Amino acid sequence: MQPRTIEVIVGIFMLTGLIALGTLAIQISGLDVNEDLDSYTVHANFENIGGLVVRSKVTIAGVKVGQVVKISYDKELYLARVRMEIDENINNISIDSTAAILTEGLLGGKYIGLTLGAEDEVLGDGDTIEDTQSAIVLEELIGKFLLNQF
Amino acid sequence: MIKRIRLLGRKSLELLGTLGRAGQLWRFAVWPPPGPSSFVLLVKQIYELGVLSVVIIVLSGFSIGAVLALQGYTQLVKFGAESSLGLGVALVLVMEIGPVVSALLFAGRAGSAVTAEIALMKATEQLSSMEMMGVDPVKQVLAPRLWAGFIALPVLALLFSLVGIWGASLIGVNWLGVYEGSFWVSMQEGVDFNQHVLKGIIKSIVFGMAVTWISVFQGYDSLPTSEGIASATTRTVVYSSISVLALDFFLTLMMF
Repeated sequence: MQPRTIEVIVGIFMLTGLIALGTLAIQISGLDVNEDLDSYTVHANFENIGGLVVRSKVTIAGVKVGQVVKISYDKELYLARVRMEIDENINNISIDSTAAILTEGLLGGKYIGLTLGAEDEVLGDGDTIEDTQSAIVLEELIGKFLLNQF
Repeated sequence: MIKRIRLLGRKSLELLGTLGRAGQLWRFAVWPPPGPSSFVLLVKQIYELGVLSVVIIVLSGFSIGAVLALQGYTQLVKFGAESSLGLGVALVLVMEIGPVVSALLFAGRAGSAVTAEIALMKATEQLSSMEMMGVDPVKQVLAPRLWAGFIALPVLALLFSLVGIWGASLIGVNWLGVYEGSFWVSMQEGVDFNQHVLKGIIKSIVFGMAVTWISVFQGYDSLPTSEGIASATTRTVVYSSISVLALDFFLTLMMF
């Protein structure tokens, strides 16, 4: 075969590899190129975070508006402290909003659902959501149920 | 007893010598990478090792993806979780089966050919005559093959995963009737580029290095007889397969 033809075929081969990489990145792993959108930080303290993990989503009305970036334990308050980043465009979350840890489906992953309040004042960078609702832990539920039985 | 100890010592020294010679191959053939002058040779070898392996990679990728979809579906549907079929298939292909199986196929399809070719060159004294002419066979014959393998296998592994996922979607979505949206969305939600895809690529780069290194070295180190060529080719396939599987275990342990 002509060296020229081989070069072209190898070129096509390498290009296929690049296209495969691109497809894997965008179509399969849903790599969002604009992942580092401008965002602001909000904190919330929970009694129990259940199975919440870093990168869990934060939603309002079921729509993703941000994600959890850090989970730590606050030893002064004896509470779990969750730091989340929220899209800068969503800048009208009132200060009395509720943050609840919810479950996707019956066995799905945990996420934070924000329910908006009625105050005029809105959450800014670094603010803490006061009104929180912990994750429902199945074992605790079963425990309560058993106690009521006997 | 003394004889046995002597035999043990001789065997260990032989093993160490082989390892030393294999290490020297890196020293002389791998670095520095082939410059513009030997670029044509490199392209030729990428053609031989990579392009000619595309057919076997695509066919096996497709059938493995299809089988994964079938098997996954029958198990997942018991829990009513068939919507995460896409996620399961994609993770398994991208992290494990893509890099590993394509490396095994590559060892059988391309590695054995490289070993046989170099061993025959050695047996027919082509390598020695190159040296006589003042052409360095390490630079002219070994280096392009090594680099071609390093480059070709990651590309083949990516192709394998992609075709596998496509095959799985064909079986899962078009035939078994998994809802198309949940098939792709569960995949995009669960598969992370840095966490899964990139680590799969790192695996396939390491496997590519191991397999081509073993193939080239076994060819170069073979006995210049017909039995020597035969046993070198066998050793290439056996050692490559074992080292790929062992490396896979340690890489998984380290990265995930």
